[in-house]
Amino acid sequence: MTAVNEDQRATELTGHVATKAPRARKTRGFGSAGPGELVIRYVLLVFVLFISIGPFLWQLSTSLKSTSEDIYTRIPQLWPGDPTFDNYLRVMDAIPVWTFIGNSLFVAVFQVGGNVIFSTLAGFTLARLRFRGRKIVIGLFLATLILPGEATIIANFVTIRNLGLADTLLGVALPGMIATLNVLLMFNAFRVLPEEIDQAAVIDGANALQRFWNVSLPSVKGTVAVIAIFSFIGAWDDFLWPLIVLTSPDQFTLTIGLQYLSGTFSNDQRLIAAGSMIAFVPIAIVFAALQRHFFKGVEEGGVKG
Amino acid sequence: MTITETPAGGTAPPAGRPRPNRAPNRRGPARATRRRTPWLLLAPALLWLFVFSIWPSLNTVRMAFTNAKPLGGTERFVGFDNFGYILEDDQVANALLNSVVFMLVCLPLLTILPLLIALLVEKKLPGITFFRTAFYTPVIASAVVVALIWTFMLDDRGLVNGLAQELSIIQGPLPFLTDRWLIVLSAVSLTVWKGLGYYMIIYLAALGNVSKDLHEAAAMDGAGAIRRFLSVTLPAVRGAMLLIAVLVCIAALRVFSEVFIMTGGTGGAGGEALTMVMLIQQYSRGFAGDLGYASALSILMFFVTLVPMLILARINSRSDR
Repeated sequence: MTAVNEDQRATELTGHVATKAPRARKTRGFGSAGPGELVIRYVLLVFVLFISIGPFLWQLSTSLKSTSEDIYTRIPQLWPGDPTFDNYLRVMDAIPVWTFIGNSLFVAVFQVGGNVIFSTLAGFTLARLRFRGRKIVIGLFLATLILPGEATIIANFVTIRNLGLADTLLGVALPGMIATLNVLLMFNAFRVLPEEIDQAAVIDGANALQRFWNVSLPSVKGTVAVIAIFSFIGAWDDFLWPLIVLTSPDQFTLTIGLQYLSGTFSNDQRLIAAGSMIAFVPIAIVFAALQRHFFKGVEEGGVKG
Repeated sequence: MTITETPAGGTAPPAGRPRPNRAPNRRGPARATRRRTPWLLLAPALLWLFVFSIWPSLNTVRMAFTNAKPLGGTERFVGFDNFGYILEDDQVANALLNSVVFMLVCLPLLTILPLLIALLVEKKLPGITFFRTAFYTPVIASAVVVALIWTFMLDDRGLVNGLAQELSIIQGPLPFLTDRWLIVLSAVSLTVWKGLGYYMIIYLAALGNVSKDLHEAAAMDGAGAIRRFLSVTLPAVRGAMLLIAVLVCIAALRVFSEVFIMTGGTGGAGGEALTMVMLIQQYSRGFAGDLGYASALSILMFFVTLVPMLILARINSRSDR
């Protein structure tokens, strides 16, 4: 019964989308799905959903279990018998969580800001302005794409050390502030804009910056959002680079702090579970809040490039 | 002040295309500004490109011929010594083998499963945005967080061993986190799980380009779902599939955090399960560190990751012919 209802709603939905944007027609399924197919689809969707977020729920559940509850039962108990936030309080006693969160945020703010501002400017310049040497510069950016970051991580550490930034958060934040990939993503986004929109502005006497701000930038907001989200996630989740740069506990980012926590309290799974949830929940919230922009940006072609 | 560059599209416009407003600004300060503007806007990105990509590549090659230390101090030229050590080092051979096995198991799983999931979420059903977002969640989580979750689940007394014993699939617990190949396999399961959503999105974008008309025509001709998938969908996403195959290979060769966390930084008993990047990291720190050797390992790693890229280029050029 519900399946039929959902089928009708699906047709309405897709019909609505189709009239709104001609582009969306492409993603609409052809024909109308029978109720049998719908049931199978939803069963499969729920199955994949279970696999995707099950492990997170398991960890969340463990973090809420009190010390009197066995967390190693053979038949998993997803619902905590006596839910408690004790483990979270214990994490705060064990490691300076707020300092680590602040450190991670510091790095993230630098990298999101740097990538959004400078990749956008560079991408715009390479795609919309004509000047001598442009193709060489594009070639340089493309060529460095084949370098895996890990292959230059030692030399980057030496650079940071020689700048006197070893064991500092600035040293962690600096190299990732303008990522080649983001410059090329912005280049791609600006490149596909029709040339005509610029020419009108040129005739009106707009200079390069005005055209950037008023004409081009509003058309690539989706890609900018994708870059901002990816930069934040990248900075928040990064592990290897801060592990190499940082040595003092008061400079640790959250991922390094978490590794320290799991190394020091390896027998206390509830504590580790609570710690990992502290690192995971903020980024999950950020992503959930921005997912609309993210998927829209991806549809715009942000990731295809 | 009027700056009036003509916009450059993807490629330089052919000669003879009208260039509005260009002539009046041929001379004078405006022209100099016009010339400088692109470079001013590019300056930060170019600076970063040189300081954090191009210079380190050159410096890596230079350091590979020295005995540079993590804490600084004098460096000595040591010729090809570091490369000689690589050939004799059993740990390097082990790490290479681990990384390659890891890659070969990840490759088919992460090329095929995300396509199936993309087909599942392609249709705009009610609630599909929720499912897409949820399927993407493992991608946004830190590898450290995910590896800690896996460590707990794959523990001797953890979820997987407990459930498998309860269901009598296994008699005793399997040493997922201590046996060399089980560590590699555990890291594969984690990587595949974490990568599904990422590659799903790339397939989803590619599926948007599959011709609906062709699909409908095939259906009219009586082609079943599987037949349509094989002869309409698959050829249309072939490009995305090749790209993903290479991305999976490169990502697999770069694996670090997953194995590092699951083995508590040790890489298993005697470092048997170390990966290439873990080896580089081990030599990057402290008094025992050796940046010269780590640089030589980095060069090795670069060439290893080049292999899948060259294979892709080869396949691409062959299909173009």
